[in-house]
Amino acid sequence: MNKNSENLYRFLVGLADDSVVLSHRLSEWCSNGPYLEEDIALSNIALDYIGRARMFYQYAVEIEGKGRTEDDIAYHRNEREFTNTLIHELPINDFAFTMVRQYFVDVFYCEYLQQLTQSSDSQVAAIAAKALKESRYHLKRSEPWIKQLSEGTEESKHRVQLALDELENFVGEMFLMEDWEKELVEQGIAVDREALQADWDKQVQEFLAESEMKFPDSQLQIRGGRNGIHTEHLGHMLSEMQYLQRVHPGLKW
Amino acid sequence: MQTVDDAAAQIEFDRRIADEQKIEPTDWMPDAYRKNLIRQMSQHAHSEVIGMQPEGNWITRAPSLRRKAVLLSKVQDEAGHGLYLYSATESLGITRSELIEALQTGVAKYASIFNYPTLTWADVGAIGWLVDGAAIVNQISLQRTSYGPYSRAMIRICKEESFHQRQGYEIMYELAHGSPEQKAMAQDAMNRNWWPALMMFGPHDSDSAHSGKSMQWKIKRQSNDYLRQKFIDQTVPQIEVLGLEMPDPEIKWNEELGQYDSGEINWEEFYQVINGSGPCNYQRLKHHKKAHQDGEWVREAVRAYSEKQQAKKEQKSA
Ligand SMILES: [Fe+2]
Ligand SMILES: [Fe+2]
Ligand SMILES: [Fe+2]
Repeated sequence: MNKNSENLYRFLVGLADDSVVLSHRLSEWCSNGPYLEEDIALSNIALDYIGRARMFYQYAVEIEGKGRTEDDIAYHRNEREFTNTLIHELPINDFAFTMVRQYFVDVFYCEYLQQLTQSSDSQVAAIAAKALKESRYHLKRSEPWIKQLSEGTEESKHRVQLALDELENFVGEMFLMEDWEKELVEQGIAVDREALQADWDKQVQEFLAESEMKFPDSQLQIRGGRNGIHTEHLGHMLSEMQYLQRVHPGLKW
Repeated sequence: MQTVDDAAAQIEFDRRIADEQKIEPTDWMPDAYRKNLIRQMSQHAHSEVIGMQPEGNWITRAPSLRRKAVLLSKVQDEAGHGLYLYSATESLGITRSELIEALQTGVAKYASIFNYPTLTWADVGAIGWLVDGAAIVNQISLQRTSYGPYSRAMIRICKEESFHQRQGYEIMYELAHGSPEQKAMAQDAMNRNWWPALMMFGPHDSDSAHSGKSMQWKIKRQSNDYLRQKFIDQTVPQIEVLGLEMPDPEIKWNEELGQYDSGEINWEEFYQVINGSGPCNYQRLKHHKKAHQDGEWVREAVRAYSEKQQAKKEQKSA
């Protein structure tokens, strides 16, 4: 691969890793939700993210040109090789945590993907267009959940606040730019994440203020995911997710 | 006490059953018919929901992204089936929370098959193929059930079931044509799931406690043994295509009857598992109760929020 393809490959795998890891977390709710309706809804979102991951991986291996498959990438890399941003990998914790995380990424993706639909790479733009529709729909669900939980009972409010406090630390990383990503921005392929941060802060703060919830800002940054520095949670997720492929390598399923 | 009005209503009810007309929620129906339906429909709904657990056990370990997506959407469908069936049951004048309470206190049952563990990935294949396969045979028959909402729920559900069976068979096919370990995995899962799948059709007609009345009311349309034989006859050729050994050495084509002979089910095991001693009975209910309890604060918050909104509205209009 030349430098440009290498950058593009990295970019695609990063986006795919974000999606695959979050879809895994969301799928953990299946049969564990507070309502049967919510099992269905969270599974639906998980399915959208699996779909997204597959599209990005498939395009990545096409760019790589070594004849590898989406599953080679998803199931045969270790913790240090996964490049998702950390917010996507955090355990589901309770329903409040899951919904606050979802709300945060939904707000992010609605803006980010909107801009990515303008990518000069037509395949990237097409994936973004499909994913954007999904994220808009996800946000229509996560917003009312945050509202209901924030204005519900003392307990639900408290749980939302705990989730906000913890997740706050992982928001900033979504807006970090690596050098290779900046090069892709210059080529019109990628989106400048940094430029999205102020609007994100404003939108989230205003929305939470309606429910009298506090969210200082997204400046505190735990970072490292794009360089393979993760929370300890990712390794456990991968051991579970990759189990069959690792025990029986090279087989078809 | 039966009044004169009831007697007239009963005659009308019997006539409609005889004429193959559907009974609708607002129609008069005998109490015993209503009770029988609530028992059967809620058991069906609970089976859909509890059935999410054994398959859900493999969602996070599915061996490829495609398999994971297919399995997740399959299990999601089952949750949807649970929902239609709960709301169809609610049309008989009982609430979903009462139904869930009955499940959690062991008053209501669910399909015993889900009290067996999914030990390997091949179990996911075997369940889709055999368990959904058996469910389809049963549910196709129930499309003609006499209670309108149940019949319509079955028609809707059956449309999705063929995808469930196909994805299961596809998993089995891939394994049966894979490495020796994969093939062994497929054989083992089929052997373990075969008998419980046959048990899904219930006791022999001669021993079936609820069958007589259910058939008379046309809630049930075909007998346990008839449906079980139908399932065996359609499944044996599929085992041959897979190239696996028969799970029952007594399976043999009977030229005279035009159907397969097969061995006797271990009925002692059947009753044991129904009565709570299957490998996973305890685990399944515990899981269900825990998810329910963990979600209690969410449901409370939703109630509190909607009360607050209601109060705000009233204040405005006052
Ligand atoms: Fe179902
Ligand atoms: Fe079913
Ligand atoms: Fe099914």
